[in-house]
Amino acid sequence: MTRDAIRFWRHGRVVEVTGFHPRTTLLDYLRLNERKLGTKEGCAEGDCGACTVALGRVRGGRVRYEPVNACILLLGQVDGAELVTVEDLAVGDDLHPVQAAMVARHGSQCGFCTPGIVMSLFALYHEGGRPLDRQAANDALAGNLCRCTGYRPIVDAALDACSAEAGDHFTKASDATVQGLTALADGRDLFIGDAARFFAAPASEDSLAALYAQHPDATLVAGCTDVGLWVTKGMAELDRVIWLGRVAGLDIIEDSDDALAIGATATHAQAYSSLARIDADLGELMRRFGSAQVRASGTVGGNIANGSPIGDLAPALIALDSTIELRRGDATRTLPLESFFIAYRRQDRQPGEYLRRVTVPKLKAHEVFRAYKVSKRFDEDISAAMGAFRFTLDGRRVASARIAFGGMAGIPKRATETEQALAGISLDDPSAWGEALAAIGRDYQPLDDHRASAAYRSTVARNLLFKALSETASGRTDATRLVGGREALEAAE
Amino acid sequence: MNERIKMDVPAASPLRHDDAAETLRHVRQPLPHDSGRKHVQGTAQYIDDIREPEGTLHVAIGQSPKARGRLISLDVSAGRAVPGVVAVLTADDIPGKNDVSPAFGDDRLFVEDVIDFLGQAVFAVVATNRDVARRAVKLAVMEIEHERPSITVEDALERGETVLPDYAFGRGDANAAIAASPRSLAGQFRVGGQEHFYLEGQVALAIPGEDGDVHVYSSTQHPSEVQHVVARVLDIPDSYVVCETRRMGGGFGGKESQATQWAVTAALAARVTGRPCKLRLDRDDDFILTGKRHDFRCDWSVGFDEDGRIQGYAVELLARCGCSADLSGGVVDRAMFHADNAYWMPAVHVGSKRLKTNTVSNTAFRGFGGPQGMLAAEHVMDQIAWATGRDPLDVRYANFYRPGGNHTPFGMEVEETDTLLGLVQNLERSSDYRARRQEIAAFNASSPIMKRGLALTPVKFGISFTLTHLNQAGALVHVYQDGSVHLNHGGTEMGQGLYIKVAQVVAEEFGIAMERVRITATTTAKVPNTSPTAASSGSDLNGMAARVAAGAIKRRMIAHAAKAYDVPEEQVEFRDDRVFIGNESLSFTELARKCIQARVALSEAGHYATPKITWNRDKATGRPFFYFAYGAACSEVIVDTLTGENRLLRADILHDVGKSLNPAIDIGQIEGGFVQGMGWLTTEELVFNSEGRLLTHAPSTYKIPVASDVPADFRVALYPNANREETIYRSKAVGEPPIMLANSVFCALADAVHSLDPSKAVPLDAPATPEAILRACEALRGRPMG
Repeated sequence: MTRDAIRFWRHGRVVEVTGFHPRTTLLDYLRLNERKLGTKEGCAEGDCGACTVALGRVRGGRVRYEPVNACILLLGQVDGAELVTVEDLAVGDDLHPVQAAMVARHGSQCGFCTPGIVMSLFALYHEGGRPLDRQAANDALAGNLCRCTGYRPIVDAALDACSAEAGDHFTKASDATVQGLTALADGRDLFIGDAARFFAAPASEDSLAALYAQHPDATLVAGCTDVGLWVTKGMAELDRVIWLGRVAGLDIIEDSDDALAIGATATHAQAYSSLARIDADLGELMRRFGSAQVRASGTVGGNIANGSPIGDLAPALIALDSTIELRRGDATRTLPLESFFIAYRRQDRQPGEYLRRVTVPKLKAHEVFRAYKVSKRFDEDISAAMGAFRFTLDGRRVASARIAFGGMAGIPKRATETEQALAGISLDDPSAWGEALAAIGRDYQPLDDHRASAAYRSTVARNLLFKALSETASGRTDATRLVGGREALEAAE
Repeated sequence: MNERIKMDVPAASPLRHDDAAETLRHVRQPLPHDSGRKHVQGTAQYIDDIREPEGTLHVAIGQSPKARGRLISLDVSAGRAVPGVVAVLTADDIPGKNDVSPAFGDDRLFVEDVIDFLGQAVFAVVATNRDVARRAVKLAVMEIEHERPSITVEDALERGETVLPDYAFGRGDANAAIAASPRSLAGQFRVGGQEHFYLEGQVALAIPGEDGDVHVYSSTQHPSEVQHVVARVLDIPDSYVVCETRRMGGGFGGKESQATQWAVTAALAARVTGRPCKLRLDRDDDFILTGKRHDFRCDWSVGFDEDGRIQGYAVELLARCGCSADLSGGVVDRAMFHADNAYWMPAVHVGSKRLKTNTVSNTAFRGFGGPQGMLAAEHVMDQIAWATGRDPLDVRYANFYRPGGNHTPFGMEVEETDTLLGLVQNLERSSDYRARRQEIAAFNASSPIMKRGLALTPVKFGISFTLTHLNQAGALVHVYQDGSVHLNHGGTEMGQGLYIKVAQVVAEEFGIAMERVRITATTTAKVPNTSPTAASSGSDLNGMAARVAAGAIKRRMIAHAAKAYDVPEEQVEFRDDRVFIGNESLSFTELARKCIQARVALSEAGHYATPKITWNRDKATGRPFFYFAYGAACSEVIVDTLTGENRLLRADILHDVGKSLNPAIDIGQIEGGFVQGMGWLTTEELVFNSEGRLLTHAPSTYKIPVASDVPADFRVALYPNANREETIYRSKAVGEPPIMLANSVFCALADAVHSLDPSKAVPLDAPATPEAILRACEALRGRPMG
């Protein structure tokens, strides 16, 4: 039953690859094995986008193309997908519409970032059929650094080429591609290698539980947006890899009246709109989460399980009182998300145990949510500090509060003293907020690092609480936001 | 928010200009980059894409884990034993001189004894693949006797360590003038460094030949220097080394002197192993192992009258050069040359120190020190405005170079004072500066948290290498018997569009279609003894040299045609791929063929040397620049005064490229330079810890602008202004000047903060990160951050 080769769709046919080292990246496969040299290595950590390629998968009965960073994606992760690289777009001398627009708009100078940009635009092009504005083009390009052009011509090329309904040779081949991809979804476990060195991709939770119990020292990989750097920068051996991307049902998102349950392998891109429906600030947070490439690969579960002290999503989910479900062998347990994080990069997860899903309670009528990400660069950056607030109101008073910050401690952490100080305060009397504003200083003793100083973090934390209270008091955000004002977002809904 | 993009680039027709007699077919056309179609298809070859010769080996660098000290012992035996490792190279393997410096002999290929910075190359591993080489370098054991490193300007001042002697120039007694002024101010202003972040990292491929010769493919702005240093290190004549560069994936100055070490390492590996060797730095290693824009501390004092008019200015430019001289002599000189920016300073002192720190050696970066000197001048303009309560633009107007006040601190006359004033007045009108100033004041009065800011700043940038002998170039042009043309010159293509501009010049000269001109890779074997492609000089120099070469061939073709058809030479004209000879005409190809049959040479090496320039550094007199390029920008920002986060809302740019060779390429340089400059002054922050470790060593931690940082309302226009000097088609250089248009963004951020308390000066250094801005906001609110 077990398959011992990955299979993916390329140029209208199935490619099978086996016998590769589990840590082989897709970029190395392309450049060193296929000798397709259009895809470039710019940073080898998923931040510059020069290595962007598109993966096509069947969703909702049609092929959806998403951009991914080939430098930190493991080769094994393309199993079951269509792989599209920059060489595949033009037909003979006829450039693809996104390529033609890039040339016409003078969108390349040194040209090294250009293949990756073309591939991000290719994915955007296939989202087509909607009026594209500058903000959407910027969002699609946030993961592609260009050092020459200043981006204006690239964004213009996106606006020229990506607003219409897609109609390229991939569109024409889509029926065949759907058939081909559907045939690849065989539901078999994948295991390449031996017990000492393997790339495995179980197809069911039972297979996963059994395999992980057998190899508790294996590395679980979901999107690989973090583990990829262990390989390219940390030179990790990464001999035993269990990729979760094929586990049936683990990516399901269940949206009920009072909660959102997100399967551990649902990508940020998949969870984006569901989270945005809980609250506009959560949507804005997701818009600024990594880049299109990172959101297409990275998963909600991975972001939690890797225990980043910042983990943009975790503080927001803690403030919303989320819970997580873990499984080991046949046993499952549920715990509050906040108690999962024990210390810097250490979580309450046993050997052989994996994260199944996270459940996010929805806001009730008298609850107000605010989340703010503060980073050195506005988009595609990791927070210096990230604050999330849920106020339960009793008329014009704060009855209770849940507050969590990232970047302020070794883990995403609650502000318990501040929460107590807020209980009962009046929104109409800012002079009464002082004790709570001071309490933040007792809740957190942040560190200096390359992102920000401790003094900055402390000041920002206090100011964000002030901002959250001000916005809750006024019910408005247009005088307190640079972008992402809730009024504009809600008007656009 | 307004979504308007305005570009003064015509779709297909030439720019209008005042010289009606000018009929040009290619020059002034907005032609796309010659590699544009290849870029978008991924078929443009960079060094790492060249088909590797059979048996190619890969090199990785072993780095010092300490910033200052002595290497006591090095044991690489474990690495040597790894399967796949072919050789481990140390200083002992160098046949020639262990010296990869551009001039001063103070850069080692590999550490022998003294360790100068954390990350410095100590050895290299050569292996059958890159992964094996990178893993094997980790196995070395180094014993190091280390001591406390110098990291900051203050560390270096305390130790009194410099890489080159101090230097100063000026006019009159600046300090006395300041003391005698009605008003005076003094302060310290810090300007941060900048990582180039060319998207293609440093890379070279060396292929050994016969008799010890070697062919090096290098991503370098300076192939001749790579050739020379490879020869020096391998102890072979320059003539045994060929360095070839088709294109770089970005350079920005970072590959002017500092591409050399990696090319030399690859060449040494090729020598030792006898096999082709490639070295491509990982991005983190590239950050750690290569120099950056110099950061400065500027100690300034200024005296002025109640109108803000400067009476005296004194500035000490304290540059953190890193561990060796590299190009710091010229970089800091250029900072000094631009310490005035566009302003007349009756009495002035510009001093400088080139401080030595135990950090990677800082190097050329677009603007070459100019931006740092100019930003300090703009900061002082703002300080005067804050002190006098006058509009910062009015203070700038009060101080512009003007007739009667038109000599720089180094004595060169500013001839185009009218250009500068006209350009700024024009931009003031087109950007609606005054009305927006009022509108912003009204907004700020009613907005306690969000504050907007506005600034309009000028750019005056000197064009020429200040090392006079570098102002020369060569080109090689062949016309073949089928009428196709082979073009080669000493300039390198790093994305700036040099190749297409020079090809436009050559096609224009011959009156032929662009398609006939084959652009070929820069190589030391075709055009020797070249200068780096730097100092914005690429088109000025190489365009002229190529025109000289093509012109010489053309004159021989004319002479032959005139003789063969018995018409005066004046009646021979090259146009539309044909040659018109009296009443007859024939194709360009037919004339080429006839010339060959008549034994007329259709190949020529052209050479050009910039006229007029002189510079005596010892006496600080002369004319170091052929001319100045001008520009101005008006930026509007909004700042969140609770977090320091900010957005650039609108930018208006008017820039002087003379008469453009290619307006599309020039607009691209202006926009790209502006955004790169904005990154330098806002989000790009280099952080070294006290041990000398660079903590911002990759794009995950070092943040260059992304698409959303570019203003939705971005209006860029070319200022119609023919170069009064005889440059190639009266154009002006455009590579570096636009960087400094971004000074307006920095000043606008300070302006926004200033609205919190107009009675105070804004203590804001560069880069204006959100943290730096919030610190300034809290200072104006009178409550220190923390």
